[in-house]
Amino acid sequence: MTTAATPEVGTPEAGERPRRLALVASKGTLDQAYPPLILALTAASLGWQVGIYFTFYGLDILHKDRFESLKVASLANPAGPIQMPNIVGAIPGATAMATKTMKKWMDAAGMPTIPEFIDMTRDLDVTFFACATTMGVMNVSEDDLIEGCDIAGAAAFLDYAASADVQLFI
Amino acid sequence: MTKDNASRIEPTETLDTSGMLCPLPVYKAGLALKGLKQGDVLRIICTDPGSLADIPAFAHQRGDVLLKVDDQGTTQTFLIEKGSGS
Repeated sequence: MTTAATPEVGTPEAGERPRRLALVASKGTLDQAYPPLILALTAASLGWQVGIYFTFYGLDILHKDRFESLKVASLANPAGPIQMPNIVGAIPGATAMATKTMKKWMDAAGMPTIPEFIDMTRDLDVTFFACATTMGVMNVSEDDLIEGCDIAGAAAFLDYAASADVQLFI
Repeated sequence: MTKDNASRIEPTETLDTSGMLCPLPVYKAGLALKGLKQGDVLRIICTDPGSLADIPAFAHQRGDVLLKVDDQGTTQTFLIEKGSGS
């Protein structure tokens, strides 16, 4: 542990590196895609370096064919946007309804969409690490991902995260 | 510049984030400050109740100087003097 966690002023002294945030985004539902992107956008706005490691279902957030159509689970999601018993949540169309409701909420609150968040974070130089193992397991090629992702294994991400001031798993 | 004479400060630029929720006020403020020089003053108008905590933290993390916080209930106005960061 160092005393770096409570400096007088957040901005680094001359010659020091900026603060760094390392996030793991492990979930691929619409509701769970927001938190890592919101934190990343905020940290980048504070002048921090930010890297997000997209692993397992989280890789869908970088998947060209999927990132614009992430969904909210209607089954086994008691905190979902529509309160429904699991037997109703299992009916075809329930996932679409839950997803539509969440999108409506977000739109009414003036929140950007996931593709908009991706553009905004990348404009602030947030690094997107695509988990190489997930790509292998789920048969995802580099061409399946949006432009400009860094393909990395756990060692490369841990190397990045080891010098981060904040590391979070989402 | 001290906090005492903050009421007489003429902001270089004003950013109105009315209606926006976190992370947008901080994001927009970061973009606005990019276009300003060190010593310039950004006035930020917020309606997000989280802004009272967020904008001072934002200034602190960036190394900017929070000159003034004016909490008018549903609206908060902040004055931030840009520091040496980007």
